Amino acid sequence: MDLQALTARAQTEIEAADNLDALDQIRVAYLGKKGELTALLKTLGKLPAEERKSAGQDINRAKQEVQQAIDVRKGSLQQAALEAKLAAERIDVTLPGRGQSCAGLHPVTRTMQRIEDLFSQLGFAIEQGPEIEDDYHNFEALNIPAHHPARAMHDTFYFDATTLLRTHTSPVQVRHMETDKPPLRIIAPGRVYRCDSDLTHTPMFHQVEGLLVDRNVSFSDLMGTLADFLRHFFEDENLQTRFRPSYFPFTEPSSEVDIQCVMCGGGGCRVCGHTGWLEILGCGMVHPNVFKSVGIDNEEYTGYAFGMGVERLAMLRYGVNDLRLFFENDLKFLQQFA
Amino acid sequence: MKISEQWLRTWVDPDISTDEMVEQLTMAGLEVDATEAAAGEFTDVVVARVESVEKHPDADKLSVCQVSDGSETLQIVCGAANVRAGLSVALARVGAVLPGDFKIKPAKLRGVASAGMLCSEKELGLAEQSDGIMELPADAPVGTNLRDYLELDDTIIEIDLTPNRGDCLSVAGIARELGTLNQCDVNEEVHEPYKQAIKDTFEVTIEAPEACSHYAGRVIQNVDVSAPTPVWMIERLRRSGIRSLGAVVDITNYVMIELGQPMHAFDLEQLDACINVRYASDAEQITLLDGKVLELDTGTLVIADNRRPLALAGIMGGENSGVSEQTRSIFLESAYFAQETIAGKARGYGLHTDSSHRFERGVDPQLQVLAIDRATELMLEICGGEVGPVTEVTTASHPGDRQPIDLRHERIRRVLGIELEEEEVVDILKRLGMEVKSFKDHWMVKPPSFRFDIEIEADLLEELVRIHGYNNIPRTQPHYQAGMRELSESRQPLARLRQSLVERGYFEAITYSFVDPKWQAVLDPEREAVKLANPLSSEMSVMRTTIWPGLLQAVRHNLNRQQSRVRLFETGQVFLQADTGLQQVDRISGAISGAINDEQWAENSRAVDFYDIKADVESLFGAEAVIEYRAETHPALHPGQSAAVYKHGDAIGWLGALHPRVLSALDLSQTVYIFELDLDTVRQSHLPSFRPLSRFPEVRRDLAILIDENISAQSIQDCIRDSSSEILQEVRLFDIYTGKGVDKGLKSVAFGLILQDFSRTLTDQDIDSEVESVVNALNQSFAATLRE
Repeated sequence: MDLQALTARAQTEIEAADNLDALDQIRVAYLGKKGELTALLKTLGKLPAEERKSAGQDINRAKQEVQQAIDVRKGSLQQAALEAKLAAERIDVTLPGRGQSCAGLHPVTRTMQRIEDLFSQLGFAIEQGPEIEDDYHNFEALNIPAHHPARAMHDTFYFDATTLLRTHTSPVQVRHMETDKPPLRIIAPGRVYRCDSDLTHTPMFHQVEGLLVDRNVSFSDLMGTLADFLRHFFEDENLQTRFRPSYFPFTEPSSEVDIQCVMCGGGGCRVCGHTGWLEILGCGMVHPNVFKSVGIDNEEYTGYAFGMGVERLAMLRYGVNDLRLFFENDLKFLQQFA
Repeated sequence: MKISEQWLRTWVDPDISTDEMVEQLTMAGLEVDATEAAAGEFTDVVVARVESVEKHPDADKLSVCQVSDGSETLQIVCGAANVRAGLSVALARVGAVLPGDFKIKPAKLRGVASAGMLCSEKELGLAEQSDGIMELPADAPVGTNLRDYLELDDTIIEIDLTPNRGDCLSVAGIARELGTLNQCDVNEEVHEPYKQAIKDTFEVTIEAPEACSHYAGRVIQNVDVSAPTPVWMIERLRRSGIRSLGAVVDITNYVMIELGQPMHAFDLEQLDACINVRYASDAEQITLLDGKVLELDTGTLVIADNRRPLALAGIMGGENSGVSEQTRSIFLESAYFAQETIAGKARGYGLHTDSSHRFERGVDPQLQVLAIDRATELMLEICGGEVGPVTEVTTASHPGDRQPIDLRHERIRRVLGIELEEEEVVDILKRLGMEVKSFKDHWMVKPPSFRFDIEIEADLLEELVRIHGYNNIPRTQPHYQAGMRELSESRQPLARLRQSLVERGYFEAITYSFVDPKWQAVLDPEREAVKLANPLSSEMSVMRTTIWPGLLQAVRHNLNRQQSRVRLFETGQVFLQADTGLQQVDRISGAISGAINDEQWAENSRAVDFYDIKADVESLFGAEAVIEYRAETHPALHPGQSAAVYKHGDAIGWLGALHPRVLSALDLSQTVYIFELDLDTVRQSHLPSFRPLSRFPEVRRDLAILIDENISAQSIQDCIRDSSSEILQEVRLFDIYTGKGVDKGLKSVAFGLILQDFSRTLTDQDIDSEVESVVNALNQSFAATLRE
């Protein structure tokens, strides 16, 4: 048999093989133990000694050529097979993912969390207090004696003469100062209650109270801290704030804090009553009478306190225009904060 | 408090615009709530006189009037009942424009021509409501533009005063503030003391010397109570929101607004023997000016005569002792009542008056005689009469000369964080009317009598920074010692628990802590809920003992709004009455209803069941927690699908399906699964503790047993654990089967035993003996047999 013709035939068959099985059969037919090229090698012994060497070399070269052709063909068949497999496995990647969808936190919690995170950076600890409070912690110890006109503004829910639903988170300051020694740095987020319900009031809402007592705390520090907080809360480096004298029985000096309206940028709109300013929180230096009631020496320590309404901050931050939505728990509302 | 800017400017007239004044007051802590024009926008309305009135020929309610505007007589058709000949009126002539851009044109009313309109207060934007046309004084100059006549180009400034600034509840008080802020003079009017025409006095005794420490009274005889109140006074009162009620009462109100001293005028002839300031006797009755009868308690101060209480001191006068049309002589009262005496009293009787508002916040203790003189002056001017001397009674408790307050320079820096120069400190204090004595590093400061709110150094510090300007001080950051706080690793942050549920598809709800007692009783019938004494409504009248009422209400809200799949959770306090007193405990609670997943293409949906919510509950605990779920019954839960949750043997909550009876009681349209756990216990996790790993292979043996179907998986597990040695690492329950091939009353339970030893490879014999002891134990305990 002519070696060249044999090789050529093998190569033709290899080219024609359209799957890996066929290709393997070709390999066996030429290169296997009983293959045609292998058989040729066995005939070498019959050749004269001087021809054997070159004939052997020729056959081995032919075997290599055939093997190489098989490898190449195998590679391309494998590639084609993989491509076909991949093509068959194509899916619609735009279909939604399978299984449980993630939900979300209530916007009030989300806002409180943000306030907590910001003040935590300054080393404020988070404190809690009871929601059913006594008159002493909610009023008396905060320098609001019985019949103080400020009480009329608190619209208090009572259980009996001395037990009530806390009207603000400020009693937590008192409780904390009663049990812990200065220096103190806390914020107290939580539910508060006022006997009032209309378009802009719900009988339950949330406040975050803050208290810092240390050896050298001043009103200018309070202003600096809160201006900084508000800039960070609203993520607006240029947010303007202004401090306005006000009155809370448990702080002195007391201040309301206004921010430049986040809806109109200070130009004046319905939300800010066309003043360009939004009242956002109340604050002040802890009143000497409060320090007296908890036994902290006001000569050695000074302190500041502040309180803010969480719903108001959430409304401004997320553009919610109806306070009552916070407590309806409608999924269409909650889903917007997921 | 509302005051007229015009009036204010007669007291102090800084060179600033209305807007600047408003800004200045607000930034000084006297927050201006609103400003409004003293009248609506209108033009060409003049004072006119009605000369004659005839009935309209074709309309019962209309009159045809001849009205003179000074230059001509116009025919005007008018529908008001109070139109009459001789009346001075406000006439809008043809061409006038009234508020709301209402143009007056020649008109015919039922065939009769009308050349203008007679206006009511409402039509001119002078009042919210009015009855008939406006009646001007008889001497109103005909032809004068009404805006000029009533000086209507004025702004009403409404100030929302904080309770500490009782001193600013008057024109004088606001004027003093503006004088201080603008460093300009305040025109305190000087009133001449009266030459008494008569010697008449009326005896005053004070039986409650602490409550009423100063009482000034004066008799004025032969007063003409029918004299009209001058239009300027009516207008100023109107702009302060006070209706004219006759000259005498108007004068006392006017002095109250002007100076801040509430006053009262008694009809002298109705008083018996003397004025006695005393506490009411128990259940004593008084009929007030408005006809309301009150039964008083002994803590209420009254002004009485020999026979009866005449007035609620500092709050409101009585019906039979006030000025009436028959009054000829009056007794004027200008008294000082202690804040604590009046505070809360008016509110206690459901009253709130201009007078009680001022006494609750404090009145200048030195003001009473000045006010009575001012009222006398006005009384003589308007009503005439003969004036007696002032009867003054002062008790020992009357606030006298103020004690100076020590103000230390060092505290300015420490408390306010600013450096104020000595000159500025003294200047500010003096502008505020304080007497200042300077010493080295401190001052002794005596506030004026009207600044009764200033008692301690902190009050002075506040005044300093208020006048210096809050926004003129630098904003700094506090300096404090850095230091870490305790951070327990074995306590799970609440945020993690919330996040865990959020990731399992729960939205967080926040519901009211007070709930409907009906819902409360259905969901936690065995517990008495704490009741509010003054709830907003019965649906919000008891404090929740479980979060379920609010949460299920939210579930229902959503189910009723086309949401068939609801997953909600809430954390918060519940309020439990216990023998030891009220307990306020934090809980975490969840509710699920509807399909396991949102509607989707990929998987067959199914309704959620007990084991779904159980997995959610399990996700809240750390992997190492020893939690037991015991089949127990709860009145709100399905008896066959409820479990009490125990941690280390303590009951910490519940989970299960709502009882069908509860579903229908709460009008819930589909099955709801709920859980509630004690939050503190859930958060209590523990610190991981390493155990060495075995290097030897683990072996698994699967067994299937036939067992009574009422034996719980927990009991089987416990039995296996108890009967095996330490080589049993884990029991994996992987199949429960009842039905074909299993006898009725039995179930097939399949589980894998994972076996491993720490020090050697297990032999077949080890394994066989372990399996055998497990099988034997199950057989002995439950008559369970291996399933072939």
